[in-house]
Amino acid sequence: MRRRQFLKMSCVLGAGVALCGLGVDLVPIEAWAEEIKKIDRLKSARQTTSVCCYCSVGCGLICATDEKTGKIINIEGDPEHPVSEGSLCAKGAGMFQTTEANEHRLTKVLYRAPNSDRWEEKSWDWAIDRIARLMKEERDKSFITRNAAGQVVNRLETLAHMGSSNLDNEECWSITAWARSLGLVYIDHQARV
Amino acid sequence: MTNHWIDIQHSDCILIQGSNAAENHPISFKWVMRAKEKGAKLIHVDPRFTRTSAKADFYAPLRSGTDIAFLGGMIKYIIDNNKIFHDYVVNYTNAPFLVDAKFGFKDGLFTGYDPDKRGYDKSTWTYQKDANSVILRDETLKNPRCVYQLLKAHYARYDLKKVSSITGTPEKDLKTVYEMYSSTGTKDRAGTVMYALGQTHHTVGVQNIRTLAMIQLLLGNIGVCGGGVNALRGEPNVQGSTDHALLYHYLPGYLSAPRASQQTLESYIKKITPATTEARSVNWQSNYGKYAVSLLKSWYGDAAGKDNEFGYAWVPKAEDGKDYSVMTLFDVMYAGKIKGMTVFGQNPACSIPNSNKVRAAFAKLDWMVHLNIFDNETASFWKGPGMDPAKVKTEVFLLPASASVEKAGSQTNSGRWIQWRYEATKAPGDCIYAGEAVIRIQNKLKELYRKEGGAFPEPILNMTSDGLSDKGGYDAEKVARLINGYFLADVEIGGKQYRKGDCVPSFALLQADGTTSSGNWICAGSFSQDGKNLMQRRGKADPTGLGLYPEWSFAWPVNRRVLYNRASCDPTGKPYNPKRAVLEWKDGKWVGDVPDGAPPPLAAEGGKLPFIMQPNGVGSLFGPGLGDGPFPEHYEPLEGPLAKNLMSPQQNNPAILLYKSDKDMVANADARFPIVMTTYSSTEHWCTGAFTRWQSWLTEAMPQAYVEMSEELAREKGITNGDKVRVESARGKLECVAMVTPRFRPFLVNGKTLHQVGMPYNYGWRFPEDNGDSANLLTPTVGDANAMTPEYKAFMVNVVKV
Repeated sequence: MRRRQFLKMSCVLGAGVALCGLGVDLVPIEAWAEEIKKIDRLKSARQTTSVCCYCSVGCGLICATDEKTGKIINIEGDPEHPVSEGSLCAKGAGMFQTTEANEHRLTKVLYRAPNSDRWEEKSWDWAIDRIARLMKEERDKSFITRNAAGQVVNRLETLAHMGSSNLDNEECWSITAWARSLGLVYIDHQARV
Repeated sequence: MTNHWIDIQHSDCILIQGSNAAENHPISFKWVMRAKEKGAKLIHVDPRFTRTSAKADFYAPLRSGTDIAFLGGMIKYIIDNNKIFHDYVVNYTNAPFLVDAKFGFKDGLFTGYDPDKRGYDKSTWTYQKDANSVILRDETLKNPRCVYQLLKAHYARYDLKKVSSITGTPEKDLKTVYEMYSSTGTKDRAGTVMYALGQTHHTVGVQNIRTLAMIQLLLGNIGVCGGGVNALRGEPNVQGSTDHALLYHYLPGYLSAPRASQQTLESYIKKITPATTEARSVNWQSNYGKYAVSLLKSWYGDAAGKDNEFGYAWVPKAEDGKDYSVMTLFDVMYAGKIKGMTVFGQNPACSIPNSNKVRAAFAKLDWMVHLNIFDNETASFWKGPGMDPAKVKTEVFLLPASASVEKAGSQTNSGRWIQWRYEATKAPGDCIYAGEAVIRIQNKLKELYRKEGGAFPEPILNMTSDGLSDKGGYDAEKVARLINGYFLADVEIGGKQYRKGDCVPSFALLQADGTTSSGNWICAGSFSQDGKNLMQRRGKADPTGLGLYPEWSFAWPVNRRVLYNRASCDPTGKPYNPKRAVLEWKDGKWVGDVPDGAPPPLAAEGGKLPFIMQPNGVGSLFGPGLGDGPFPEHYEPLEGPLAKNLMSPQQNNPAILLYKSDKDMVANADARFPIVMTTYSSTEHWCTGAFTRWQSWLTEAMPQAYVEMSEELAREKGITNGDKVRVESARGKLECVAMVTPRFRPFLVNGKTLHQVGMPYNYGWRFPEDNGDSANLLTPTVGDANAMTPEYKAFMVNVVKV
């Protein structure tokens, strides 16, 4: 059964169950109505494929993005994916809760001043200016050109970087290049732990 | 993974040891079950009976930290009962090599040990050679100095009784596992090994994996369909992040990071390109110079030329022999020597051993930059348990990041498939790609150094902008092309023309003269020459019928799906098992998967050995490359239950690094902490729970921290299921819920009853509140002698009812 057929089947079944409930209890009907609305929205939603963000089996996902709001309304397993064949574990099946539908998502740059007991909201421009300034000050102060043996080493031992194996390859590569350009040697991430 | 997920279905016997695949890699288990449906046997070896054990044909318990004893016993069984795949062992491993006459092993130590350096002089860990420096061999495997005979002698001590007294596994269970698994040492049977952090999280982690690899070589199970040594990696892109070297000791593509003694590019390349006197070896690493130069070209572009060693001086040089890995990093930070830190997408406050030390170290930083999609114990360390914010000077930046479904880019699964994904929606609020955050910092630093000058500005100013979008921001597709690499000039190679600007379609075409770039040679070929992104492919063609799916995404290297696949064929190129032929030499060419090395099979004219990444072309039963011995040897965990190692007078791995801070207490065979403990994960949470604890669907299923213990231990301690208990080690303590379960059973070790408990490391104080803290408050700061993977899986605690 192809995906579209499956969706159509689900619609029919859903409507049938909803009708059976008429006159008995309206709560499940409303819930089903919501589901049917979602199925309607899914029909016109833009579909993109993605890959699960947890273990490294690399299961395939289909994300459905609502045409009107531009927001993700559903994430499910990709039945065409040769490894996962549409199935997902509990975490993968719940990936919708990593999207902005989760009220706990960070959405602002937060800053905690020395000895302060709270976060303050800041702009990206402010944060980038401050971070780059702190990095440059420390690098200019502590950069090691030669080691005790007189060998040229061009490294910086007072800054460190960690992470991450939950970033994309292209991001990891960009971090590797950037960290080395600063002269960092304390570089590590989840691969070792 | 040498193989890939779908390939597991072809196995005849699956050994899962150090993994709970059913719960931690649930979808992988689809392929295990499919193998079982076809008649395969599943063996599970683990301290705890899990859902993986429940599906196994045979389950054997073992005490945490004793895998080498268990598997060393299997090597002995295989040799004693002549279960080896003889042709494979003779032709494709170093079993026939004659080892230096001075090499030896006594009282738990190999020759050359220096107790002051806590390391080995490895000059005797070599082979006997003829006048032309060619290694001497004995293909009868009878010479007492050949690797095979030394191997046999080394594991002669690992008899069932001794192994059982160490591991706590009943002798009959050991025998059953050995019999079942060694049945795969024949042409028509394939055995696979699936392992995860249960093997790596030990002071002998690398040697654990080596023991598995040696068993697979002895049984002829590497390179074959349904075989291999398969790491079940635990993070979505930990394969890719490792490939791209977010690690101090590598540059992208597993090129060793330069050390201070390698002052010139020439000396560096000499160091990373091993020589061989074996004429039949491809010795692929001899090409590493081309990959290093192509990497430098991708970083520094036109600023890298022959006149300046392609910018080699701009790459930092680590001190020779010095460790800079995570536990050392935090040790140095705890001593106040690290001033600033960036932590992107990781939660070290809960994930690094000895969390009390880690959290105290954070408070010594001047500043920390953290990027994530949710708050966590690292970003908010300054308001954590025992912290007084007024006394914490650290300036903290918490940057909001896009979630995975909000990003375009690629990630690499355990089977080395680099899969592309698409941006399904714009990220909320001020969230941006982690890549964009890095580029913004990098651009600002470039601007500051350009304007103001400063210390050694060259590597910053010359770092490429070729991966940036037209507006100067992060562009995943452009970075991906940089990683793949370009031709930088019109060239002709092997009669074929390549134009400047073409994508490099294979690393075999990379050059050491600056005419090519590649940000990571193993990814070369992820774009076609005309620039098509092959990571996006969704083709389902399956020409071998084995589920290799060569047109789905792109697998590194060069779209090869099974590594070392030429070892699946005999020296004439015929598949050992024609029913599952991953490759075959037919009419003068290889047919099937992308062959691991283009040259003909060994017996043909110009034929080459199959293990092309090994200088000698064969699999290493004798492994002189490691720092703690050429044969794996059982040592007790740094913190264990036994005052004396039953295998030798050497208690612990003699080459491990020991930390001496006031937070690094160790309590071996200490009556205060009589219970072995291990840590693990659950299906519903991921790692420290930094994502999953914020998701109601998952926390409803797995709400709080707990410690699992046997019914016997609970009775001894007066604990009932659901009681609140305190778990305490020499380094820390925490309170959580007791889960009393028959999944743990007491072990009989050295004639005495020994208890083991276990705890998931999925929790932290930040959220949900009052639901427990990290199991890593208990774990010791100590790691493997080679890889510095921490010993999370075996240490000592006490448990008391609160």
